[in-house]
Amino acid sequence: MISLGAKVLNNAFANLLQLRIAQRSKFVAKSKGSMLSSSKVKFSYPKGPEFVFPDISCGQSEHMLIIGESGKGKTTLLHLLAGMLKPLSGSIVIDGKDISEMSDSNLDRYRGEKVGMVFQTAHFVQSLSVEDNLLLPQFLAGVPVDKEKVRSLVDRLGLSSKLNVKPGKLSVGEQQRLAIVRAVMNNPSVIFADEPTSALDDKNANEVISLLEEQAAVSKASLIIVTHDKRLKDRFPKQVVL
Amino acid sequence: MNLFKISWKNIWHKPMNTALSVVLLAFGVGIISLLLLMEEQLTSKFNRNIKDIDMVLGAKGSPMQLILANVYHVDAPTGNIKVKDAQRIINSPLIKEAIPLAYGDNYQNWRIVGTNEKYPNHYDCKIAQGQMFAAPFEATIGSNVARETGLKIGDTFISTHGFDQKAEGDEDGHHHDSPFTVKGIFEESNCAIDNLILTSVESVWMVHEHAHDEEGHHDGEGHEEGDEHHDEVAHQTETEDHDHEGHDHADEGQQDPDHEAAEHSDHDHSAEGHDHDQEGQTAEHSEDHHDASDGHNHEEEHANETDESEREMTAYLLVKRNASALMMLPNSIRDTNMQLALPAIEVNRLSQNFGLGMGTMKAIAIFIMLLSFISIFISLFNSLKERKYELALMRTMGGTRATLSRLILQEGVILVILGFALGLVLSRVGLLVLSNMLKENFHYSISNIGLTLNELVLFGITLLVGIVASLLPAVKALRMDISKTLGNG
Repeated sequence: MISLGAKVLNNAFANLLQLRIAQRSKFVAKSKGSMLSSSKVKFSYPKGPEFVFPDISCGQSEHMLIIGESGKGKTTLLHLLAGMLKPLSGSIVIDGKDISEMSDSNLDRYRGEKVGMVFQTAHFVQSLSVEDNLLLPQFLAGVPVDKEKVRSLVDRLGLSSKLNVKPGKLSVGEQQRLAIVRAVMNNPSVIFADEPTSALDDKNANEVISLLEEQAAVSKASLIIVTHDKRLKDRFPKQVVL
Repeated sequence: MNLFKISWKNIWHKPMNTALSVVLLAFGVGIISLLLLMEEQLTSKFNRNIKDIDMVLGAKGSPMQLILANVYHVDAPTGNIKVKDAQRIINSPLIKEAIPLAYGDNYQNWRIVGTNEKYPNHYDCKIAQGQMFAAPFEATIGSNVARETGLKIGDTFISTHGFDQKAEGDEDGHHHDSPFTVKGIFEESNCAIDNLILTSVESVWMVHEHAHDEEGHHDGEGHEEGDEHHDEVAHQTETEDHDHEGHDHADEGQQDPDHEAAEHSDHDHSAEGHDHDQEGQTAEHSEDHHDASDGHNHEEEHANETDESEREMTAYLLVKRNASALMMLPNSIRDTNMQLALPAIEVNRLSQNFGLGMGTMKAIAIFIMLLSFISIFISLFNSLKERKYELALMRTMGGTRATLSRLILQEGVILVILGFALGLVLSRVGLLVLSNMLKENFHYSISNIGLTLNELVLFGITLLVGIVASLLPAVKALRMDISKTLGNG
C-alpha cells in the first residue's frame, strides 16, 4: 500500500513537472529522433555552487533558445552540451552517442564532426586568410577540404572579395557572419551559438540570426542559442529558462 | 591546408619576434660552425705538413719559429747553421732521412727554397708539368705559385732579396741578377710546397755568393785595406734593414770568423787567376753565369770546395730511424748554435694557445645561442597568450590536444631550423672572407665548405634544445581549458 501510494505520488509529481515545462515552453518537441538530448546533468566549478540543469531535447532542424539571467549557468550548460566541459553526472547524447563517456581526443574529433559553434565574439586564426580560416574545420576534422563550398557560402554573404584578407581587417558583423559559415562547414548535427547577437546592432543582429536559421536549415541541424538578447525571444518559440 | 602551413603562417604573423629569434640563433650557430670549420681545416693542414717529420734541425732561437718557418713556411727562419756542424746529426745512424732546406730569396713574395728531390718526395708531391730542377738556377714551382704568378715552364724570373717584404727589393733596387728558369710545376698537394719555389741548394748558395761579391765590389772598389771596414758597414745597415730576417748576410756580418772565411774564399778565387771578379764588376755577372757553361762548372766546383767548411743551410727536416733519436740527438748539439725542434710538440703548443681563443669564442657563441633559445621560448609563450582564443577554437573544430601541442612544437622547430640554416650560410660567408684574408697574408687557403660531422652534431644539439624551449608552451597548449577560454566571462 505504501509503495503504491509512493508510486502514485511520484507519477503525480512527474506529471506536474512535465506540465510546468510544457507551460514554460510554448512548443513541445514532437520530433521522434532527437539530435541532442540531455538528462540529469549536474555540474559544479571548483568551490562553486552546484548547477542542476533541466533535461533538454532538441530534434533535427529544431531551434531552441536557452535564456536566463546572468550567473544561472547558460554558457556552462552550452559548454556541457557541446562537450567542452565534463558534467559531474548525467548524460548528453549527440546524434545517438553519449559524449559524456568519450575520451578527450575522441570527443574533440566527434565535436569537430557533429557540432558547429558560434561565440559572442568571433575568433579567427589571425595569421591565416579568411579562406584558410573557413577551411580549418574540415582540415581539423580530417575531412577533405572543399574550397568550392567556402567560395559559394562567402559569395552568398557578398564577401567574396575578402577571401584572401586577414580576418582582423573585417568588421565585427562580417566576422560574425563568417564565423557562422565556419560553423556549418562540416554539415553539423547541432549548432551551438553563445550570445551570437549581443555584440551587434539591430541590423547586423538580424542578418546574423537569419543566416543562422538559414544555414541550420541547410544542414538540417538542431540550433541551440544561449542568449539574454530580447530581440531573439519572440523569434524562437521553443525556450528553456534557467 | 596542413599543420605546417598553419605553423609557418603563425611564425610570420609576428615577423619581428621571429626575426629576433632566428637572427640570434643564426649568429650563435654561425660563430660556432665557423670555429669548428677553421679548427678542422687548420688541424688537417697542420698535420699534412708535419707528415712523419719528427724533428727539425736549425739555428737556435724560438723552436716554434723554427717549425713555422721550415715546416709551414709562414714565419721568418731563425738563422742559418753550418753544413759542417749539421753533418754529425744528419749522418747519425738514428736518422733515417734528412731533407735540407736553404732559404733563398723570394719572387713576388713567393719563397725560393733550396733543397733536393727528397723534399717533394716526402710529401708525395708529384710534378704536374715539366721536370724537377737539376742544374743551378733551375726551379720547380708549386701549384699556387704557378697560378698566382702566371709563370710557365721555360719562363725566367729574377729573385728579390729577403722574405715577405714585397716591395723592398724593388725599392732598394736590391734584387739579384741571376735569373731562375722554371723547369717544372708541381701538382697541387695541399701542403706547403704549393706555395714554394724549389731549387737546388747550390742555386741559393750561388745567389748569395753573388750578392756578397757585388756588395764587396761596390763598397770596396778593389781597395783591399778598406774592404773589411766597408763591408762591416754594409752588413750593419743590412742587419738593420732586414731585422730578424735571419739572412745569412747578417750572420756573416755578426760572426767575424765566418766573414773572414768568406773573404778568404774570395781571395782564393781571384788568386786562381780567374777573371770572374772583373766580370762581376761589369754588372753582366748573371748573363755570364747563366750562358757560359764554363762559369757554371766553375761555380759548382767552387761550391763543392767550400761545402765541407763554411756552407750554410737554414734547416734540415729529419725523419728518425728509431725512437731513441728524440732522446739522444738533442744532447749531442748542446754546445753548438743549433737546436732540434719537434713539430708535434710545437704545433700542440700552438693549437693550445690558439685553442684558448677558440674556447672564448665558443663560450660567447654558446651564450648567444642560449639567448636565442630564451627568445624562442618567450616568443612562443607570448604568442600562446595572444592566440589562446584561436587555439581553443581549433579544439572546438575538431583539433585534439595533441594537434595543438604539435603545432606549437613545430613552430619552435621551424624557428630552430631557420636559424641554423642561416647560421650555416653566415659561417660559410665568414669562412670565404677569412680564407681570402689568410691567402693574402700567408698564401694559406681554406677550401672545403661542405657540411661537417661536427655541424651535424651541432644541429642535433640545437634541435634538441629548441624542442625543450618549445616544450613548456606546447604543454600549456595541451592543458588549456577551452571552456574557460571561450566562455563569456
